[in-house]
Amino acid sequence: MSGVMLAGPAALQSASEARLMWLRFCRHRLAMFGMVVVLLMYLIAIFAEFVAPCAPDKSNARLVFHPPQAIHLLDRADDGWHLRPYVYAVRLARDPVTLAPTYVADNRKVYLRLFAHGDAYRMWTLFPASLHLLAPENPRDSVFLLGGDRQGRDMLSRIIYGARASLSIGLLGVANSLLLGIVFGGLSGFLGGRVDWLIQRVIEFIISLPTIPIWLALAAALPKNWSPFATYFTITLIISLIGWTELARVVRGRFLALRSESFVTAAWLDGCGRGRIIFRHMLPSLTSHIIASVTLAIPVMILAETALSFLGVGLRPPAISWGALLQEAQNVQSIASAPWLLLPGAAVAITVMALNFLGDGLRDAADPHGQ
Amino acid sequence: MGTDLGRRMVAGIPALQEPVLEVRGLRTWFGMGALELKAVDDVSFTLRRGRTLCIVGESGSGKSITARSILQIVGRPGRIVDGEILYRASPDQPVIDIAKLPARGRRMRALRGRDIAMVFQEPMTSLSPIHRIGWQIGEGLLAHGLASRRGARARAIELLRQVEIPRPEEAVDRFPFEFSGGMRQRAMIAMALACSPKVLIADEPTTALDVTTQAEILRLIGRLQAENGLAVLFITHDMGVVAQIADDVLVMYQGQVVEHAPVHQLFHAPVHPYTIKLLEAAKKLGMVAPPARPAAPNGQTLLEVRDLSLVYPAQASLFRRAKPPTPAVRGVSFDVFEGENLGIVGESGSGKTTLGSCLIRVLQPTTGQVRYRMRDGASVDLATLDRAALRPVHRELRMIFQDPFAALNPRMTVAQCIGEPLLVNHVLSGAALRRRVHELLGMVGLPPEVGGRYPHAFSGGQRQRIVIARALALDPRLIIADEATSALDVTLRGQILDLLLDLQPKLGLSFIFISHDLGVIRYFCNRVAVMYRGEIVEIGDADDICARPTQAYTKRLLAAVPAADPVHRALLDSGDDRA
Repeated sequence: MSGVMLAGPAALQSASEARLMWLRFCRHRLAMFGMVVVLLMYLIAIFAEFVAPCAPDKSNARLVFHPPQAIHLLDRADDGWHLRPYVYAVRLARDPVTLAPTYVADNRKVYLRLFAHGDAYRMWTLFPASLHLLAPENPRDSVFLLGGDRQGRDMLSRIIYGARASLSIGLLGVANSLLLGIVFGGLSGFLGGRVDWLIQRVIEFIISLPTIPIWLALAAALPKNWSPFATYFTITLIISLIGWTELARVVRGRFLALRSESFVTAAWLDGCGRGRIIFRHMLPSLTSHIIASVTLAIPVMILAETALSFLGVGLRPPAISWGALLQEAQNVQSIASAPWLLLPGAAVAITVMALNFLGDGLRDAADPHGQ
Repeated sequence: MGTDLGRRMVAGIPALQEPVLEVRGLRTWFGMGALELKAVDDVSFTLRRGRTLCIVGESGSGKSITARSILQIVGRPGRIVDGEILYRASPDQPVIDIAKLPARGRRMRALRGRDIAMVFQEPMTSLSPIHRIGWQIGEGLLAHGLASRRGARARAIELLRQVEIPRPEEAVDRFPFEFSGGMRQRAMIAMALACSPKVLIADEPTTALDVTTQAEILRLIGRLQAENGLAVLFITHDMGVVAQIADDVLVMYQGQVVEHAPVHQLFHAPVHPYTIKLLEAAKKLGMVAPPARPAAPNGQTLLEVRDLSLVYPAQASLFRRAKPPTPAVRGVSFDVFEGENLGIVGESGSGKTTLGSCLIRVLQPTTGQVRYRMRDGASVDLATLDRAALRPVHRELRMIFQDPFAALNPRMTVAQCIGEPLLVNHVLSGAALRRRVHELLGMVGLPPEVGGRYPHAFSGGQRQRIVIARALALDPRLIIADEATSALDVTLRGQILDLLLDLQPKLGLSFIFISHDLGVIRYFCNRVAVMYRGEIVEIGDADDICARPTQAYTKRLLAAVPAADPVHRALLDSGDDRA
């Protein structure tokens, strides 16, 4: 042997498999972009109270269907230009002919400030605060960057608060699915034989059930007087009841493929016990695939929650989620007069797309040959 | 450029040797971010009518990319950076520079299949599984507008007859899965010949086939070439095949041509050190040059296999009809003595791997005995031991796997992989374990500092050394090596075999070496068992089996091994009249 020639640049030689996966992932631009968007969304959801300009349930009967306001950054004052964001206020007026309510421009400027004190809230319901990322300088003013709804509530704030329920339902639902999926998929793949047969038939049965009617029936069976919190958890359970089958199949497939890998045979011949083979040799090879599958499963959960809430059987107002917000956009008349009521749908679309990009990138990085 | 071709023709080179394809200064590079991989770097050669040019080299030397560049089917991010590929169908036709044609253009499409055809390595995956054989053969004719639908079918039948597929009228309506590997490769060749191309590019067409099938395919290509005056570009890593079929040889190494010579000159007066190394490796594992390994001094019996069978039971389920039970190993008996190497040779499907798995109990044999004498003298029957009782046996009986890329856990460092058996058997831990791992790495010729690296940082040969180190960790007595060198390049094979032979007396090892490669078996083993359809048809000293076989099958197997010497062209058989 002519010395030790090692493949690849020096830095890669001692890189672990996880690090290689990360390097492959970094080359995937779209996935990186998706990851940034997803992280941003979750950060917003976690710090919703702070990020939202005002409280989500602050209503104002005189500002019904308030149109969105554009932010102006440069302000001209007597002594020149200043970087001082503001919006132009509008005033509710009656059309003199039709008497329909319309908003007319009002030259008054509403100045905004970063880290301004506005509506008071309890951060994570733990401690009181009133600091907001961006809020009117004068707490008595209100600002509607994405418009207002039927009761004059700020859509932006509501979408930000809605992210909390919608995004966390995705995570919790997937966590449930993952638990069921790994346990049943793992049993199925590792034990094989009768157990495998039984679990696979059960999965096929569950998959063959018509999803939406089952969800509707289960969700409709929830007592109306349950707290939003209890409803929320039950909804995640209902959604993940279907979702785990897909993950179980992925896990089983990987287990079956791994079982015949010669390094697993080698581990057995080395004298490894069953537990060590599963946890030291097989599961680490599965994690990357599981992470990728999980990322691709979250959007399904988010869409399911949106669909259920939209139909009125998921989270119900006063709980705020993107699906619940979209309920407002159910009738054509309100969409015609206030198209910004559809914006929660855009939030859903952006999140789901970003998660899909991220999941695709992770899957390609986990399995560079299986594209 | 055209004038050069023209001049040679005027110079009166015999018609049968007129150049058809001339590659000059070809460079195909793969742009991978900051790293530019020069897969093919300044390659030039000429293909002539009725002649065979072999490109030989290790995996990754750029031989396949060269062939694919000619047809402009290099996958992205590869691209032809520079060079000319001059093609001329016949002397009175204009010269086309293929390298200048757009890869997806109409003119390039017109050339593919009709003028230049290709046969791929893997007959299992290069035929469409959902289309009938006849349709796939005729597709090229239809695509180039050379035949009507009915005409294409007639031609397909004729071609199937030419490639010696029995009952072509029926075969034409078969699907690829109904064909064996050799039959599929014949169908692939029929497909390539459908439009009567001038140039046939064969990219390792016999590598995936058994040696007897390989001989048939090579014979077939030779006959078709003689009949049609094809120019053949044959890519292979096997010097034996080169010696048997080539007129000219191009030796490639890391994307570059290191030697280009007529076959006799290359084999008898090689110039470049790499060529010399290749030829030495081929000779070492060949069937002629060094004498076969002599019989081992008689040791005590280590392993006694008696009447071992493995029958895969009839598979029946609720909705499937029962398939009859399939015997993979039938009534096999042999002994292994201490300090000897027993080779098990056979074609794919002969049951040799299954037999090896039965011996170490990865598979459970159906009937029979595997009596193993432990280090302490106790005799155990491996065929019936339960899992717990197998553990002490597995410390003495180890295995080396075929694919060094799959045999190491990609998520563990080399030191962890090698130390695993010591750790889980509670032999060593901590600093003592580290010392032993370093010692093992030294034994297989790797420096101790590589222990912290992950398997992906190593080449195939180095990984196989790591696998060997792991097998040696527990001081084994008998090692089963299942095709341990098949995935390696020929120059590495010899190194790995020498490493094992070197370690054998030091560590008191015995080997059961399973391989399809008679040359490897002959070099490594004292005794050989020849398997065919699950049975051992012949067993004896390596020298006897290789020089004086008694069974018809063994004779057939031996005759099919291509000799790495162009003077002995027995493979293409009598009647081969090429220079």
